[in-house]
Amino acid sequence: MIVGERKPLAEIAELLEPFRKILVLGCGTCVTVCLAGGEKEAAETASALAVLRKKAGKEAEIDTQTMVRQCEYEFIDEDKDKLDNYDAILSLACGVGVQTMTTRLPEKIIMPGLNTTFMGYPLEQGVWTENCLGCGDCELGLTMGICPITRCSKSMMNGPCGGSQEEKCEVSKDVDCAWHLIYERLLKLGMAGRMAVIQPPKNWATSHHGGPRTSVREDVRLENGK
Amino acid sequence: MKTESNLEKMFNAGHFAVTGELGPPKSANLETTLHHAEEMRNHVDAYNITDNQTAIVRTSSIGVAANLVQRGMEPVVQMTCRDRNRICLQADLLGAVSFGALNFLCLQGDHGNFGNETGCKNVYDLDSTQLIQAVKNMRDDGVFVGGDKLEHPLPKVFIGAVANPFADPFEYRALRLAKKIAAGAEFVQTQCIFDLDRFEKWMEQVRELGLHKKVKIMGGVTPIKSVGAARYMQNNVSGMIVPEELVQRIKGAEDKKKEGLNFAIETIKRLQEIEGVHGVHIMAIAWEEIVPEIVERAGLYPRPAVN
Ligand code: SF4
Ligand code: SF4
Repeated sequence: MIVGERKPLAEIAELLEPFRKILVLGCGTCVTVCLAGGEKEAAETASALAVLRKKAGKEAEIDTQTMVRQCEYEFIDEDKDKLDNYDAILSLACGVGVQTMTTRLPEKIIMPGLNTTFMGYPLEQGVWTENCLGCGDCELGLTMGICPITRCSKSMMNGPCGGSQEEKCEVSKDVDCAWHLIYERLLKLGMAGRMAVIQPPKNWATSHHGGPRTSVREDVRLENGK
Repeated sequence: MKTESNLEKMFNAGHFAVTGELGPPKSANLETTLHHAEEMRNHVDAYNITDNQTAIVRTSSIGVAANLVQRGMEPVVQMTCRDRNRICLQADLLGAVSFGALNFLCLQGDHGNFGNETGCKNVYDLDSTQLIQAVKNMRDDGVFVGGDKLEHPLPKVFIGAVANPFADPFEYRALRLAKKIAAGAEFVQTQCIFDLDRFEKWMEQVRELGLHKKVKIMGGVTPIKSVGAARYMQNNVSGMIVPEELVQRIKGAEDKKKEGLNFAIETIKRLQEIEGVHGVHIMAIAWEEIVPEIVERAGLYPRPAVN
């Protein structure tokens, strides 16, 4: 899923400073699951913001709503009428949602309420961890399910660097060394021989380094984009 | 064109090679760096120049190398994958060869988190193994990474890599060296050796794989100046092992500096006895002036002449 963290309230207040009628709009999918921008967080953000504005002597009218998904036109269109009559919308969706909303509703002002942090999964209650950078050419088949691009701090393709010690990465004792994990896993699977195969330079053009990406599936495309 | 580096010739003649490390300054004033280089001129076969070590901005390795070449000194240019993509790495290699640099040490580089530009973008387009192979392919096949051809052949550059016997998983470390050799590494410089037992265990594995016959191995040696320095390396430098026993030895000595120096010299003497070790790389960080004494007391002076 996409993981995010709510922006600090002070930053949100600054973004919304010029506006009086504000809608805090939660998103019902990824950011609800990662407890950053769902219905509950929208309500909390709205009341905290209201207090702050009142203190500042600049009272605001703040409502909250939650959309099923802010990253698809279909859901935006469904709720569109409920979004009128606001000076600004604080979207608690990820950056994808904020932009999809902006594209679909160009007449509205949509402000980001979250910092979109990464694609990952919940490791345990309250802890999320990054495990895919969307490089566009998945290497997991080589490393048997552990991503060297994302989970190795240096995106190494050919084994652990000299900073790997006691299973931890040199950047932090809190980060596992991905290559230690890969090594152990290959060993367990009887595939340690793979460590000796030189992986050639990666083609980063399939990743964001090739420019913003668009994915087209001609077989499921409708005419006129409808 | 066959123009071997002095360092390569030293190895080929069967001599125990000696290199000294130079850390460029955080300015364009190279006076001190070049002064250190002059001090060890007759005691080292080449100078290994760090490349923004620990991710701290300094004069580039290539910049210092150019100054050394002008003075008739031989550089080993370090190239990390942290700051440059494949375009820049290959371009810089050509640029360095153009003024006469021939030794290149290819390494991954400490993560940008460590240094004085912690907000930087870490590049890591190629990894160290891929960089080694890229240099080899440029030299041997005349092709760039992307397949395009060099317009003129590259002189015979000498390709180096790093190895860290003190990193984990330990049992993989000799195999990691084998991989770098397969990619094209011809000489290798190790992390600073303080734990000789572990180093010897690693060398056993290296010999078992026959790697010592395929690559020239230079042991890394750093003279420890104080208990504080030992502790710092023990706790704060990634990929190092400083045994507590050594810290205590220095702590217990009356003259701590002298004891650190004695240990470094003992280490070099022991390295000369280990089958498959072909040289020493002395990293006397912030203590460069001590290098001549170390070389002399380790029995490695005068340096043999090769041609
Ligand atoms: S290899 Fe690429 S696509 Fe696969 S998990 Fe890693 S970043 Fe994601
Ligand atoms: S310690 Fe491991 S995870 Fe960290 S950069 Fe080195 S190889 Fe990658």
